[in-house]
Amino acid sequence: MHSKTLKQLDSDLRQGQYSSVELAGYYLDRIDRHGALNAFISVDAEFTLNQARKADQMLKSGESQALTGIPIAHKDIFCTQGMLTTCGSKILHNFVPPYDATLIERCKTRGLVNLGKTNMDEFAMGSSNESSYYGPVKNPWDKHRVPGGSSGGSAAAVAARLAAAATGTDTGGSIRQPAALCNLTGLKPTYGRVSRYGMVAFASSLDQAGVLTQTAEDAALLLNVIAGFDPKDSTSVDEPVADYTSDLCNDLGGVRIGLPRQYFDDGLSAGVAQATREALRELEKLGAELVDIELPNSELCVPCYYVIAPSEASSNLSRFDGVRYGYRSKHYENLADMYMRSRAEGFGDEVKRRIMIGTYALSAGYYDAYYLKAQKLRRLITRDFELAFEQCDVIMGPTTPTPAFELGAMTSDPISMYLNDIYTISVNLAGLPGLSVPAGFVKGLPTGLQIIGPYFSESRILNIGHRLQMETDWHQRIPGEFE
Amino acid sequence: MALDKQTVFKIARLARIYVDEVDVDRYASELSTILEFVEQMDKVDTDNVAPLSHPQDRVLRLREDKVTEKDQRDVFQAAAPATENGLYLVPKVID
Repeated sequence: MHSKTLKQLDSDLRQGQYSSVELAGYYLDRIDRHGALNAFISVDAEFTLNQARKADQMLKSGESQALTGIPIAHKDIFCTQGMLTTCGSKILHNFVPPYDATLIERCKTRGLVNLGKTNMDEFAMGSSNESSYYGPVKNPWDKHRVPGGSSGGSAAAVAARLAAAATGTDTGGSIRQPAALCNLTGLKPTYGRVSRYGMVAFASSLDQAGVLTQTAEDAALLLNVIAGFDPKDSTSVDEPVADYTSDLCNDLGGVRIGLPRQYFDDGLSAGVAQATREALRELEKLGAELVDIELPNSELCVPCYYVIAPSEASSNLSRFDGVRYGYRSKHYENLADMYMRSRAEGFGDEVKRRIMIGTYALSAGYYDAYYLKAQKLRRLITRDFELAFEQCDVIMGPTTPTPAFELGAMTSDPISMYLNDIYTISVNLAGLPGLSVPAGFVKGLPTGLQIIGPYFSESRILNIGHRLQMETDWHQRIPGEFE
Repeated sequence: MALDKQTVFKIARLARIYVDEVDVDRYASELSTILEFVEQMDKVDTDNVAPLSHPQDRVLRLREDKVTEKDQRDVFQAAAPATENGLYLVPKVID
């Protein structure tokens, strides 16, 4: 049962082969048996089964829509009414939100069932899931390696088929990078496509919610549920929502694929380069055309991001003060000391580093040299993409420079950790949609091909992912222990 | 830029994060490494470039100045570390 996609489960549920309660129970049992992966922070069987019972009623009464009754996992960054929401942090260790995020509400209205909350880097700051207060997640393909991050728990859960799909968020690669390292399809939609309401804020001009699934078709089905305008999010974009499944099978004849020279340079490992080339050859066979392009400011995306994201984080995370919710230190002398100690004890090292970098970049006398400079560079990076899209329809390259690295390999060197996101960060700076799809294996470890499209071209990039998956079987492979 | 101890304490105060004397050198070195890394941005001339704050260069939507939320004070305060009579409790500020 667990090797089935959302599409297959949906059809089985409709035909009455099993109920939503049976399906939820089956996955809850798998989550329990594979607890050693540490993919989940919160699981509440009664909470899940209650939702499944409601879904079964919807299925029986004919009120069901696509995906009603299907259990999926949610990244622990989305507020869930009545279920703990920690964002991977000690400072929110006891936070039970009094409301649902819009994404959660949309899933609930459709009758999707919440299987539990997945582990993640603290406040989504990380590329390995090692900054979680709740411990690192293990990669189901090799338990000595990281699953990627920050949506590492979501990726491990779907890779081990503890859930048929999961939600995630992506500020600099946090959906696409773990999808690549765990052999999944990961979609980061256009900035503003999916509501950020009730999603704990990291860097508000970059954050976007999306999904980690087994196939591009499943990603389209889930995007149909979560995409759309939300008046509660001031950055939500009021653009028409397509049926993202309708273009999946379109012909790829004449599609121009731009290959940025900068994505295939010295930083790329030989194994991943070869896997990427092979995946591209499959697309050529389907009639796509490869075009060499330039993204001249690629090298500066990571430095630019590490000013903008921490600056926005330092402002967003000022709300954690030990007064209204979350952790409060036991020992303090006065109000200012209470703030400082609650934050020092409640936040982990990486979060504190980024808040301090951001505070410095925004402080009097340094604002122009750091924050303003980064925003100007952000315009140049965005313009690079605009110019590139005059020569091609989509841009492709590897999602990550290497396959999954070993746990602990980079924790003492923040910069080399940051450079993991070298191919994904620019997409967030420009606000474009990006998809990572499985592209084969290097020494038994999965790799990902990234497909970047112009604004609101989700249908097109999912179409390309789907056509590739009709010709290849990399995405169907499951790590041995979890088959 | 290499940060000295005093600057680290100043940033920590602005960020409302307590930094212990024993950790300050580590912070100074880690933060300096990151700042040196991001200063690669200086390689590019951006003199005549306008800053970009929204990826699609859009202006954020404003809503009408109207109360739309219900009163849920008790529900929200249930998550607070300390409250009394509907008020959040903090250490005494004024004698």
